[in-house]
Amino acid sequence: MIVFDRVTKTYPDGTVAVDELSLEAPSGKITVLVGPSGCGKTTSLRMVNRMIKPTSGTITLDGRDTSTMKEAELRRGIGYVIQHAGLFPHRTVLDNVSTVPRLLGVDRRESEKRSMDLLERVGLDPAFAKRYPAQLSGGQQQRVGVARALAADPPVMLMDEPFSAVDPVVREQLQDEFLRLQDELGKTIIFVTHDIDEAIKLGDQVAVLRVGGKLAQVAEPAYLLAHPVDDFIADFVGRDRGYRALSFQPTPRLPLAQERTVAMGEAVSGLDAEWVLVVDEANHPLGWVEPRRVQGEVTTEVLHRGGTVARASGPLRAALDAALSSPSRRGVIVDDAGALVGTVRAHEVLNAIEDADRPALDDPDHPGAATTPHASSDASA
Amino acid sequence: MTWFIDHLDDVQARTLQHVYLAGLPLVIGLLIALPLGWLARRYPVLYAPFTAGFGLLYTIPSLALFVLLPGLLGTKILDPVNVVVAMTLYTVALLVRTVADGLGAVPEDVQQSATAMGYTRVKRFFAIELPLAVPVISAGLRVAAVSNVSIVSVAAVLGIPQLGLFFTDGFARAFYDPLFVGIIACVVLALVFDVIIVLATRALTPWLRATGDRA
Repeated sequence: MIVFDRVTKTYPDGTVAVDELSLEAPSGKITVLVGPSGCGKTTSLRMVNRMIKPTSGTITLDGRDTSTMKEAELRRGIGYVIQHAGLFPHRTVLDNVSTVPRLLGVDRRESEKRSMDLLERVGLDPAFAKRYPAQLSGGQQQRVGVARALAADPPVMLMDEPFSAVDPVVREQLQDEFLRLQDELGKTIIFVTHDIDEAIKLGDQVAVLRVGGKLAQVAEPAYLLAHPVDDFIADFVGRDRGYRALSFQPTPRLPLAQERTVAMGEAVSGLDAEWVLVVDEANHPLGWVEPRRVQGEVTTEVLHRGGTVARASGPLRAALDAALSSPSRRGVIVDDAGALVGTVRAHEVLNAIEDADRPALDDPDHPGAATTPHASSDASA
Repeated sequence: MTWFIDHLDDVQARTLQHVYLAGLPLVIGLLIALPLGWLARRYPVLYAPFTAGFGLLYTIPSLALFVLLPGLLGTKILDPVNVVVAMTLYTVALLVRTVADGLGAVPEDVQQSATAMGYTRVKRFFAIELPLAVPVISAGLRVAAVSNVSIVSVAAVLGIPQLGLFFTDGFARAFYDPLFVGIIACVVLALVFDVIIVLATRALTPWLRATGDRA
């Protein structure tokens, strides 16, 4: 667990970058620091590994005051990922990933073996190992950056806008893989971003900072969306927060309709239906067809692919989106294996939303509701 | 041409002396310029005085240095050490700024991530900053090498043996064969130095060539 206790950073010219920040980043969880530029989020992050020295206050790592530890040793125990990856251009991908184990004195063969495993883990082809960073795309470099930060298996990771410099599609991929990796690894992570959507997607807990380095609110994402403490937070979390909050609500049992399906290559022209769902041999939905517009058999060209598909066990947002995006107005719901279980209409999803509970205000058992760190009781986390 | 064949031994001996007098200072000068350049980068207040101050050394006429140094060092006027010291000063003059700028060209995010990985200052210098500054330092070193080869010949005025003696010989006797041989030998020597530095730089910077064949 990382604990900020009334940490302040004032620069010689009098600028206050971080003002009396008190915050807990629980072990094994992702704590996101988010806020507009000038809110001191990066400064706060860098104070953890003492790249920046606090003017006052203390930061403890599992109870140890970081100011009492040797800087180089402290840093070797903390993974660090930055925006443009900051890879060493003169070293191969493999050597980059092996950096910290080598600094810690692990022999070359052992650290390279581990690095190869990590490259695979972050989704990079082992063929990249001998390449130099300049030969990689931005997204690939960022994966190497993550692998390098993980190489010495540090319990703590600091990530400073690691996915901001890549295009939106790659960013989304990297975020998803990052979450999957974190599920396996359970690191204690502090993650800085200016993007509230990223914060909400990735954070177990989100701390919003305002300009001048003051902590405005810290809460679980769903709670933050439901109960912003003031106008600043409300503005910052955005207008469509009601819709986005659905991302955190599991889908209850929906009244699913059985859908008539056809296989690829089957003739549909005679069918008496406006829209028919096409599935493959494993009953995975492929898309919709309009029988009256199809001459003869169903081919890939006539498939309408506009509708999204939601998992029955997924969030309500996906179920609603499936219904809204479907050309037949019937949202396609699948099981975890991707097989069709039925369809649902938007008003039925809305009924489910109406019936669901919103995160309760001031729930004492709700660690995310705490605005001051010491009020929460998640020391065991 | 016959003169050249007849004096092959002389040409060989003087070329080797020239290599020694121009080459050794290049190595010593680089070793001195590295910490000075690092200091100029580490403490920004030192950058201007260091780069301008050491740069000024280059404006001291070489002949004056060759004459002054024996008095300062307590050496004999014909001692080759005088030339080595003088050429080292010129090399330092040219390289301090180059080293400082080369180190300064290492991208900020690379330095930052090196620090965050837990490199100590010294380790970071040798493992990250110096290798990345090689292309810039190498460019400065090539200028210094050519300049050294050329300036060393001035020491011939004092009679210190190297290729420059062919110029004083030829001038004194109004006989141009040694002059041409001396000039050609100097040019060849400068080229050889340059090629060595370029090859060494290539060997030290494999990543720069790999950049071309992006996958």
